[in-house]
Amino acid sequence: MGAVPDVEIDGERLKAKGIGGLGDLCFKVLLVFFVIFSGVVVCTGGDLKSISFIPQWSPQAQFAGYYVAYEQGIYKKHGLDVRIIQGGSHKPSSEAIEKGDADVASIWLSTAIQKRSHGVKLVNVGQIVQHSSLMLIAKRSRGIKKPEDLNGKKVGLWGAEFRIQPEAFFRKHRISVTVVPQSYSVNLFLRDGVDAASAMWYNEYHTILNAGVNADELTTFFYSDYGLNFPEDGLYVMEETLKKDPEAVCSFVQASLEGWKYAFDHPDDALNIILKYMVAANVPANKVHQKWMLGRMKDIVYPSDNRGVPPGALGKEDYDRVSRELKEAGLIKDVPDMNGFILRCAGNVQK
Amino acid sequence: MFKNKGIAFKLVVFFTLSSAAIFAVIFSYNYLVSRRMIKKGIEENSANLITTTTSRIEVLLTSTQKVPQNVAYLLENMNYDESELFKVLYAIVERNPEIYGAAVAFEPYAFDKTKKYYAPYFYKVNGGVSFKYLDKFYDYFTWDWYQIPRELETPQWTEPYFGEGGGILMSSYAVPFYKNVDGQRKLTGVVVVDISLEHLRDIVSSIRILQSGYGFLISKNGTFVTHPLKDYIMNETIFSVAEERNDPSLRETGRKMIKGQSGFSSHSVKSAVTRKSCIMTYVPIKSNGWSLGILFPYDELMSDIKNLNHVVLALGITGLALLALAVVFIARSITKPLTVMADIAGRIGTGDLDAEVPEVRTRDEVGQLALALDRMKKSLKDYIQEIADTAASRQRMESELKIARSIQMGILPKVFPPFPDRTDFDIYAQTIPAREVGGDFYDLFLVDRNHLCFVIGDASGKGIPAALFMAFTKTLIKAKASADIDTGALMMEVNDELSRGNPADMFITVFCAILNTETGELRYTNGGHNPPVIMRRTGEMDYLDCSGDLVVGIMEGSPYTSRRIFLEAGDRVFLYTDGVTEAMNASDEEFSTGRLLEVLSGCDGRSALEIVACVGDAVNTFCQETPQYDDITMMAVVYNGSR
Repeated sequence: MGAVPDVEIDGERLKAKGIGGLGDLCFKVLLVFFVIFSGVVVCTGGDLKSISFIPQWSPQAQFAGYYVAYEQGIYKKHGLDVRIIQGGSHKPSSEAIEKGDADVASIWLSTAIQKRSHGVKLVNVGQIVQHSSLMLIAKRSRGIKKPEDLNGKKVGLWGAEFRIQPEAFFRKHRISVTVVPQSYSVNLFLRDGVDAASAMWYNEYHTILNAGVNADELTTFFYSDYGLNFPEDGLYVMEETLKKDPEAVCSFVQASLEGWKYAFDHPDDALNIILKYMVAANVPANKVHQKWMLGRMKDIVYPSDNRGVPPGALGKEDYDRVSRELKEAGLIKDVPDMNGFILRCAGNVQK
Repeated sequence: MFKNKGIAFKLVVFFTLSSAAIFAVIFSYNYLVSRRMIKKGIEENSANLITTTTSRIEVLLTSTQKVPQNVAYLLENMNYDESELFKVLYAIVERNPEIYGAAVAFEPYAFDKTKKYYAPYFYKVNGGVSFKYLDKFYDYFTWDWYQIPRELETPQWTEPYFGEGGGILMSSYAVPFYKNVDGQRKLTGVVVVDISLEHLRDIVSSIRILQSGYGFLISKNGTFVTHPLKDYIMNETIFSVAEERNDPSLRETGRKMIKGQSGFSSHSVKSAVTRKSCIMTYVPIKSNGWSLGILFPYDELMSDIKNLNHVVLALGITGLALLALAVVFIARSITKPLTVMADIAGRIGTGDLDAEVPEVRTRDEVGQLALALDRMKKSLKDYIQEIADTAASRQRMESELKIARSIQMGILPKVFPPFPDRTDFDIYAQTIPAREVGGDFYDLFLVDRNHLCFVIGDASGKGIPAALFMAFTKTLIKAKASADIDTGALMMEVNDELSRGNPADMFITVFCAILNTETGELRYTNGGHNPPVIMRRTGEMDYLDCSGDLVVGIMEGSPYTSRRIFLEAGDRVFLYTDGVTEAMNASDEEFSTGRLLEVLSGCDGRSALEIVACVGDAVNTFCQETPQYDDITMMAVVYNGSR
C-alpha cells in the first residue's frame, strides 16, 4: 500500500457507508473470482508464459511502467502473458503474494524486509523506486519552518511501515509530537485539524496544491533529506515462484524496467494508458494529477543522485539503512541476509 | 516615399488616418463604457439569481444541520440507552427525505466499556430503512466525518463523496458531542447525517445564463461538486483545471472562492463546455464553506453590443470613405490650378515669359498665387527689358568712350623724334592711358626756330569732359604761345579763357615751359602741377622750384608766376603726372617722389626715350600686377646746347 491516493478515499467511503451492502458483496464476489482464476505461472499455449502481477494500489501513475509495458506489448516481447491484478486497500499486495494470488508484487522495501524477517520468503527481484518520497507537510502559517518547530504539534501519520521514517525522524531531532492517525485524505490537514500531515511527494503533496494551497505556504520535510532515505516500491516474488521459473521472473523485471523507460520517454502515451485503466477501475481520474505523479516517479525511479546504483537494483547502503532503522524501531529482531533477500537478474536495463 | 507623393495623396492619407484615429478612440471609449454597463447589468441581474440560489442551498443545508445538532444536544443533556438511540436515528432517516443515513459514533469505550467501536448506523435502502454497526473493519476513527469534527471540536460538513453504487453525490454533516467528566469537557462521540446532494445539484444546474452560461459548486477543497461536465465532478478541482489550463488567475480566483470571498474573476474564465471566454462571479455558501460560481459567456452578453458595434463600425468606415472622397475632391480643386501654375513657373524658369497664367476666379490663396505669379511674370519681363536697354546704352557709352579716347590720344603728338633735324635738344613723351579716358595730356612744338614749348597737364575728372577740357587747354596754349611771351602771362590768359566758360567747375594742372635752344634759357610756369625734375649734367638733381600757383581754370584772374633757369648742355628735365608718383603696388604703397628721384639718378646720362623707358620700367616693376587706375604720362627733355 505505497501511495494512498486521495482519489481512492471516495471509493473507500462508498464501500464504508455500505458495508455489508451491495458494494461489499460485489467486492467479495470479485475476490473469489480472483482467487479462483489467478494461477501461478501457468503456461498457456504458444511460447508465452503466464505470470500475474499486483501493484500496491489501484491504477495510477505510480505503476505507469507496468501498465505501459503491458499496453505497448513489451511483456509479450519478452515472452510473457502478464495479468495485472487490480490492487487497492482491500487487497494488500504483500498479502496477495503470500497467499499465492499473484506471482509478482510491488511492495515497499521496509515491508518486505519485515516480512522476510518474520519468515515470509520474499525475494527482491527489482528495486524500482530508489528514493523515498514520503514526507511531512506543514503550513508555514502555523509557525513550522524547521523540524524542531514540530515539537508539541499535532502530526498526522499513516500506520505501519509509514511510521518508521517519521518516528526515526522525531527521535533524531528529539521532538515529541501528538500523533493523529491519518486517513487516506488530507482534509484534516487542509482544515487545520493537524499542524502537519504525512504525504507522498508524488501524490498528496500535489493534492494539497490542487486544493488551493500554494507551495510557498508550505514547509516540507523529506525524510530522505534527513538520512532516512527508504527506497520504496520494489518487485518481489516468493522464493518458490522464483525457483520454478527464474527466467520468467527475470523477463518480467526486465520488461517492467523497459516499460518504465518507455513511460518516461513518452509521458503523453503513458498518461493516456494510465487514465484508461483508472476509468476502467472506476477510480477518479485527474490528468494533471497523474502527470505530476509520473513526473515525480521519474525523479525517484531515476534519481539524479543514484550513487552508482543502476535502475532496478538495490544498493547495499540502502538495504542496511532500512534494516538498521527497522531494528532500532523494534520491528525486526534480526536483519535478514541480503544475499538471500535479493536476486539480481543479469543485464538490467540501463537508463 | 511619402515626400514624392502629391498634396492630394497626403491630404487624403492625413485626413483619413486622423479621422480613423479619432473614430477609433470614440469607438473604444464607447465599447469600454458599454462593457462596463453590461458588467454592471450582470452584477444587478446576477445578484438576484445568486441570492435565490444560495438561499435555496442554505435552506437545504441548515435544515439538515439542525437534525444532528438537536441529537447532539439531547445526547449531551439526557440519559439514553441503545433502544432510545435507535428510535431517534430511525426517525431521523425515515422522516427526513433529504437525509440518506444517520449514525451516532462513540469514542472508544464511551458507550459500552467493553466495546472499542460502537456506532449504530441507519440508512435508506430500497425505500426502507436498514441498520448496521460501523465496526472495526470500517474503523471510523480515522474517517474525515469523525476525525475532523473531533479534532476541530466544531460541527463540520465533509467533502462531498459518491454514495452507494457510485451514482449519488453525498456529503455528511457531523456534530461532536461532549460529556463533563470530573469538570472536564470530554468528547463522547459524533452525530453524523448523510445527505444526498442531488437536490442541491438540481438547484445549481437549473442556473442557465443566456445560451451557454452555467453555475457550478466547488467544495472547500475546490473540488467540483456540480458542473455541467460530469467528468469534472469529484475528479477535478478548480486548481487542477487552472493547472491544466496554465491559468494562474483562475487559481487565484479559486483561492478567493474557498476562502469564502465573493466577487468577480479578475480575468476572463474559459467555459469548460464551450471554451468561450466568460465573466465569472462567485459567492460563498456560508453553511459549509463551499462556493458557488456562475459563468456569464462574454460574447453572448456582448452580442447586442457587438451588433451595435458592427453597425457603428460600418457607419464609421462608410463615413471615412466619404470623407476621403470629399478630401480628394477638395484637394483636386486646389492642386489642379497649382499643377498648371507649377508648369508655368517651370516654363518661366526656362525663360518662356509669354506663358499664359490661367485665370483663377477664387480669391483664396490659390487665386492670390495666380495673381502673384502673373505679376512676377510681368515684372520679370519688364526687368529683363530694362536690363536689355541698359546694356544697349552702356554699350553705346563705351563705344563713345572709346572714340573719346582715340580722339584724346589722337591730339597728342606721337611722332618721335618730332624734329629729326635738330640735334641741340632731344625730347620724348609717352602716355600710358588707364582703362577709362583720363585727363592727362602733353604737347611739344617749336614756337619759332629757337624756342621749344613743352607742356604737360592733368585735367580733373575723367571721361569725355576731361578729354574735352584737356583738348581745349592744349589748343588754347598752342594758340597763345609765342617766342617772346612770358609763360606766366600765357598761363593767365589760358586760365582766364578756361575759367570763363567753365560752368562745371573743372580744372586742370598745367606745367608749361619754353626753352630757348640758343641760350639754354628755360622759362616756365607751373599751374598746380607736379614739379618736374631737373637733372644737371653734373649729376645734381632736384625738383624745379615752382610753388604757389593755383590750378588752371578754376578762378578767373589768378596770377601765375614766370620762373627762369638756364640749362647747360647735357642737362635734362623730366616731367610727369601724378599717375607716376601715385602709382600703387599690391600693398597700397605709392611710388612716391622720393622713389622717382632714386630711379632717375639711375637713369642718368641717357637719351630722352631711355629716361622715359627707365622710369616706366621702374613703375611697372613697382606695381607688378596691380591694375593701373590713372593715366601715366612722362616727358623727358635733354638739352645738348647750341653749336
